[in-house]
Amino acid sequence: MSNQSSVEILTEWDIVAARQLGRNVAKELGFGTVDQARITTAISELARNIYLYAGQGKIEIQRVTEKGLNGIMIIATDNGPGIPDIRKVMEDGFSTSGGLGAGLPGVKRLMDDFRIDTNLGEGTDIRATKWLR
Amino acid sequence: MNVRIPILKLRDCLIVSIQWELDDQTAIQFQEDLLKKLHETSARGVVIDLTSIDFIDSFIAKVLGDVISMSSLMGARVVITGIQPAVAITLIELGIRLEDVMTALDLENGLDKLQLELEG
Repeated sequence: MSNQSSVEILTEWDIVAARQLGRNVAKELGFGTVDQARITTAISELARNIYLYAGQGKIEIQRVTEKGLNGIMIIATDNGPGIPDIRKVMEDGFSTSGGLGAGLPGVKRLMDDFRIDTNLGEGTDIRATKWLR
Repeated sequence: MNVRIPILKLRDCLIVSIQWELDDQTAIQFQEDLLKKLHETSARGVVIDLTSIDFIDSFIAKVLGDVISMSSLMGARVVITGIQPAVAITLIELGIRLEDVMTALDLENGLDKLQLELEG
């Protein structure tokens, strides 16, 4: 299972596959049920964003170690339109898809570290990490 | 892969227990099935039990919220039961408020609450 660490997001079914992959890795790493739910939900939101806004992209699940801590990193990448106003999408309650997707602020709250890189017309790269404590 | 969620009728209530992770299609199908069943049976209340659900994302929350509003338009009250601690925590952190939604700890409490509501 650890050899398959990414899921291409092309259809709604891939959202399910991505979160199942993430949940399995989180379980293997020893995350408790609440963190498993946080990680699964964050993946679901990021995968849905890709599906809704970029059409296609990829969710990668990586095991990471830093300063003696183990963690799980979700990498969501797409070659979609990019995000014109990051500050706006990081505001609570902002969504351009009619209420679908609680948006990035929610994902940020669910995870410990959150980083976003986006370029108009090129795509978006979001990395969110949860550390095992 | 497209499985339907069974909807049971008990007196004037419908009982739904969601037993597995919902994909988008199943969730939308459930919305339709529940409203049709309400129409067919003239049930006045619905209990949706989520005991077996270990996460809810914004999409599933929206489908649930919508089905509650839609049922209410048809004159039925909905109570959500069995939300697990991990689900409650992630929903709030995610920023989702299921406002004005009747909830109860478990199915039994949910049915009691619904009966009181329907009698009152």
